[in-house]
Amino acid sequence: MREIKYEDVVNTVADMCIEACVFLKDDMKEALRKAYEKEESETGKKIMGQILKNLEVAEAERMPICQDTGLAVFFVEVGEEVKVSGGGLTAAINEGVRKGYKEGYLRKSVCDPITRKNTGDNTPAIIHYTLVPGDKLKLAIAPKGGGSENMSTVKMFPPSAGWEGMKKFAIEWIAQSGGNPCPPTVVGIGIGGNFELAAINAKRAIVFRNIGQRNPDPFWAEKELEILEEANKLGIGPMGLGGTVTVLDVFIEVAPCHIASLPFAINTQCHANRHAFREI
Amino acid sequence: MAKKITTPLTDDVIMSLEIGDEVELSGIIYTARDSAHKRMIEMLDRGEELPIDLKGQAIYYAGPAPAPPGKPIGSVGPTTSGRMDAYAPRLYDLGLKATIGKGPRAKPVIDAMVRNKAIYLTAIGGVAALPALRVKEAKVVAFEDMGPEAITMLVVEDFPLIVSIDAYGRDLHVEGPNRWKKI
Repeated sequence: MREIKYEDVVNTVADMCIEACVFLKDDMKEALRKAYEKEESETGKKIMGQILKNLEVAEAERMPICQDTGLAVFFVEVGEEVKVSGGGLTAAINEGVRKGYKEGYLRKSVCDPITRKNTGDNTPAIIHYTLVPGDKLKLAIAPKGGGSENMSTVKMFPPSAGWEGMKKFAIEWIAQSGGNPCPPTVVGIGIGGNFELAAINAKRAIVFRNIGQRNPDPFWAEKELEILEEANKLGIGPMGLGGTVTVLDVFIEVAPCHIASLPFAINTQCHANRHAFREI
Repeated sequence: MAKKITTPLTDDVIMSLEIGDEVELSGIIYTARDSAHKRMIEMLDRGEELPIDLKGQAIYYAGPAPAPPGKPIGSVGPTTSGRMDAYAPRLYDLGLKATIGKGPRAKPVIDAMVRNKAIYLTAIGGVAALPALRVKEAKVVAFEDMGPEAITMLVVEDFPLIVSIDAYGRDLHVEGPNRWKKI
């Protein structure tokens, strides 16, 4: 059994929090540059220009791109032959979040649902674990802002709804979300599974795909482009003030489901589509 | 070309602005978001005086990131304004001249703007490092216990904004998408 030191996980996680909140990955930067070129509305183009300039300022000043540095959401693959010594893995991740959000001057955005009292250190993190063969620990962080997360949903369709029903719902959902989730957005869709798996797949789609990377199944790849094209005809545009670029990409992840069900989830991601990845 | 405006905002300045105008705002603005609004309305319900004078002022729906060493404030972009719709008409009626945030507003809020000669300005969501450089001073002035949700007075210089609802009741969140809609 391979052992990883508690402190190594803490420090790695702290670095990931800061990196994700300050630096956008290259595929997203490229997508935003293309969106700037493509946007036809004058206001929309100005907004895209500011979004690009803000990325430069954030990097130069080492400040978060967006003040909403989000809930710290993790996808963790734990090898069956690895363990964390000197404390548990979950404790180490939370300690890393505490450290990263403090040292990176990131905003603490976690509170009690009723009293709204802030926990003060951005914990607890939300962690999705998968057990895999091997002796490695793979971590992915996706800090998630409240504005776009609020524009996410799960819908339990009857199987008769089919693709047309799901597509209609998705387009209407994007239309009614308007400027709220900070468009241009990235739309993650989970189809199948059950109530919670559809939602997790919708999020996973956003975290693990690069912009432009299609579902390997040609059937679903085509469906992704269908929604993308239609969504960009809605006219919502950057920040919902009108324009030709509303959605940067659509990712669909699919899982088998119950014979009675057609679960469907949309996770909406703002243009500050932030991730960091590490393997220990 | 952006129009330069300064707080406190006068009726003349407000009435000269139209949806789609780019403005650069200078002067004092106050941050307040969900919890601060809830508490302000509770204070008004009890007949208490608010900790800030709203007359002619602007409220920025924002909860800044902590200030790094040597800077007055951390990243400070807008939050979704719709969550403050339940509170906004009452504050406009008390003399508030502008709110700053992102996303559309409900009809009662737009009606309150028309009634009070007031506006709504869009700051670009997710653009938070850039505006932080336009903040010259920042000071928590009320509700310090709320952490990032405390009311903070910001002295800003050429803060970049877009007029998205004007005092004539025109709404860029409706007119903009209608103009570009292709289905």
